[in-house]
Amino acid sequence: MTYSQAVLNGNRLALARLLTQVENNTPEGRAALVELFPHTGKAHLIGVTGAPGTGKSSLVNQLALLYRKVENWRVAIVAVDPSSPFTGGAVLGDRVRMRDLSGDPNVFIRSMATRGSLGGLAQSTANMTQVFDAAGFDAVIIETVGAGQSEVEVARLAHTTLVVDAPGMGDDIQAIKAGILEIADILVINKADRPGVENTEKALKSMLELAHPTERVFRHHGLTMRTPLDQTTGKPAPAQDSSSTAMWIPPILRTVSIESKGIMELAASIARHVAHLRQSGGWALRERARLEVELETLTREALWNQFHEKVPQEEYKIVLEKVVQRNISPWEAVNELMKGRLK
Amino acid sequence: MTEKKTGPEQGRKIRVLVAKPGLDGHDRGAKVVARALRDAGMEVIYTGLRQTPEMIAEAALQEDVDVVGLSILSGAHMALTPRLLELLKMNGQSDVKIFIGGIIPDEDLQRLKEMGVTGVYGPGASTEDIIRDVRLAVTK
Ligand code: B12
Ligand SMILES: Nc1nc2c(ncn2[C@@H]2O[C@H](COP(=O)(O)OP(=O)(O)OP(=O)(O)O)[C@@H](O)[C@H]2O)c(=O)[nH]1
Ligand SMILES: [Mg+2]
Repeated sequence: MTYSQAVLNGNRLALARLLTQVENNTPEGRAALVELFPHTGKAHLIGVTGAPGTGKSSLVNQLALLYRKVENWRVAIVAVDPSSPFTGGAVLGDRVRMRDLSGDPNVFIRSMATRGSLGGLAQSTANMTQVFDAAGFDAVIIETVGAGQSEVEVARLAHTTLVVDAPGMGDDIQAIKAGILEIADILVINKADRPGVENTEKALKSMLELAHPTERVFRHHGLTMRTPLDQTTGKPAPAQDSSSTAMWIPPILRTVSIESKGIMELAASIARHVAHLRQSGGWALRERARLEVELETLTREALWNQFHEKVPQEEYKIVLEKVVQRNISPWEAVNELMKGRLK
Repeated sequence: MTEKKTGPEQGRKIRVLVAKPGLDGHDRGAKVVARALRDAGMEVIYTGLRQTPEMIAEAALQEDVDVVGLSILSGAHMALTPRLLELLKMNGQSDVKIFIGGIIPDEDLQRLKEMGVTGVYGPGASTEDIIRDVRLAVTK
């Protein structure tokens, strides 16, 4: 039996081993991805990002527990931690906070190292989520490396991106960079049991208002979308209403993961975001954008491989040397290398 | 088609699960070993404290590891180890190598090896030896 058949039949060991093949980008892994592709596109992909130690894993643990109990969903978790740039090794510790999920056959947790890739995810994280999607998991939760920068990659992959902050992470503006607001669908202030929640919330709010100061008009695929404005204050309307409108304004929620407080509200907010995406056509747009990026990446890879097949290493070195000697410019060098090839 | 392909010759990283079974709270050794294996270029999944053999077997399956390392300083190794071996076998993972460290009396050492444990290490064990043995066990 092939990997993909076994995975579609619900074989957990085959799933685990296929994930390894996909992570290592082996021919078997790639063949299985091809076979599984028609079965993908059903799972809700939820990204969880934020500075180190804000409680991402603890929150994922709680959210997954709730999805199991309330929705009876099958939940997969992909937890990414950084590889050491010096040794290539890694300690993957997110499972420590997900102890409660152990023993449930409808939860599958997979840890992975970044293996040199920057931006919060590993090269093969997206493909791993595809395997889980095809295997019939209803939700795939992706925890990024704790970096606190704008992790654009996870937003590109996920349908819904949670950005997790916590009080006492130092300067709030520092801890949570402005760019991260652009990827947040929902802002979570975890550790709300800690002093300083108000300050954190205030900081996030004012940043949100900076990001959405007045009515903004978007032109997207010929459609004009407007952010709704609250009639009385002139500020953007609260997020609760935005599932019925074209623009989503990220709500700010408080949670205490270690006491499972605020998790129901978080799940409800995620559900509203999904409803919003479905109504506004955002879901299809995100899917399209993600697949487009994927196609582009694969095309680039294929062209690069072709290039290496067709251009002898020696010739490449000679041309490179000419550039280093400043005999020709890099632009001319590319023309020279490509001439008559890669039609 | 779905059989295990391990080893660095496959171009893959060695993946190790380091677990603390039972109620034993001594976690220094486990952390020292986890860091040493990381510094040797391996990917180490750390489970944290108070793991049952069931939890460890489940994590070993989900993470598709080559090696499970147990750190036991409570004296419960003779109870915990056979159960874990049984579970791994039930899950189709009898090819996973087991390493144990902690406080293990000499008289238990031979019995653990007979059960199928690959390596046993006590206080003061050198992490270089552990790294070498793990590499050897996985590439074999
Ligand atoms: C430090 C220590 C503590 C600290 C632990 C702090 C911590 N977070 O780890 C504290 C003070 C909390 C503690 C408490 C207790 N301790 Co204490 N503790 C020790 C002590 C002195 C050193 C352990 C240690 O950290 N060593 C340093 C590390 C690096 O060494 P290591 O763990 O042995 O690891 C090495 C090897 O074993 C091996 N290894 C370890 N794990 C792994 C895993 C793998 C995969 C591999 C390959 C190798 C490997 O490689 C490591 C590197 O060399 C030992 C005595 C001793 N000399 O071992 C007693 C000892 C382990 N403790 C003991 C006892 C009884 C207790 C208590 C029950 C005491 C009490 N009555 O309250 C409590 C129980 C706590 C609990 N909840 O489990 C006994 C255990 C007796 C037994 N098993 O028969 C010991 C042996 C002392 C004794 N001689 O009586 N303890
Ligand atoms: N007081 C308090 N502590 C929390 C809360 N949530 C998590 N913690 C603690 O914060 C610490 C870090 O939690 P993790 O869940 O590991 O955080 P993380 O963001 O996943 O960390 P990295 O993956 O290392 O970036 C742990 O000690 C948790 O117990 C909370 O709501 N309140
Ligand atoms: Mg984490």
